[in-house]
Amino acid sequence: MNLDQPASYWQIWDWISVSIPNLIVIVVMLLLFVLALVLPFPKGSDAE
Amino acid sequence: MSAETKVPTGADFEPSTWTGVVRKRWLKNLPPEKMLPESQPSYVASWIYVFGMATIVAMVIAIVTGVIITLGGVQWFHESSTGRFFNSTHYWSVQLFFLFMVVHLWGKYWMSAWRGKRALTWITGVLAFLTAVGVGFTGYVITTNFNAQWIAFEAKDVMNAIGVGSVFNVTNLGQMVTFHVAPLPLALGIIVVAHILLVRRHGVVPPLDAIDPALESATAASTDETEAVAS
Repeated sequence: MNLDQPASYWQIWDWISVSIPNLIVIVVMLLLFVLALVLPFPKGSDAE
Repeated sequence: MSAETKVPTGADFEPSTWTGVVRKRWLKNLPPEKMLPESQPSYVASWIYVFGMATIVAMVIAIVTGVIITLGGVQWFHESSTGRFFNSTHYWSVQLFFLFMVVHLWGKYWMSAWRGKRALTWITGVLAFLTAVGVGFTGYVITTNFNAQWIAFEAKDVMNAIGVGSVFNVTNLGQMVTFHVAPLPLALGIIVVAHILLVRRHGVVPPLDAIDPALESATAASTDETEAVAS
């Protein structure tokens, strides 16, 4: 896969656009943020 | 020094040298139990508190793989499979570093992490982010491909516009390599260490609805002092 070429872009509106790779990273970050807030944290064996 | 002379330990002594002053101040602000704690408040048991350490782990991997590919040389990390592995690990650890750092930033922003005398912790975090952008940018412009050339020629106009183009020439490969492997990562490392020490000193910031143990102990100490003065 040749990554050394221009990415495709999502033209959101007029002058606002975002590349698909950047969009993927942003979505992953948002997903991680939400999951970090809602997923229960595992308790250790010595947790009180 | 006679055999009876006792060397003062802890922070409870009157220093007579600059090393003593530094030690007293260090121990007062960062006693061993704060520097290397064995437990954390219960609210730290949440995934949102994991991303600071995840960022540091990604940064350490980026530094270690960066040192390895620098020692191996361009031909090695472009042509041998082991070299390419470390080159790729260097690249992906940086991607994860920024990804974790942004989630860490969001988490801290939405819990107003500058509360409770933690302003300097927040500021060092901002400085670490900006310095990391510099390290990442110089990394992108030294990959010697068309992408790097494009980024460098876009960035040179910015550098010239802000008046630093003559001393920070992004199209000068040798200068960018030097910035990427020496001063910028060193600065980032120092800022991150300062950031961690400040977190240790003031404690991990609590959620908005939790009681801050650092402030609670400070309030209790000042109440004790007031009562002692009153009596």
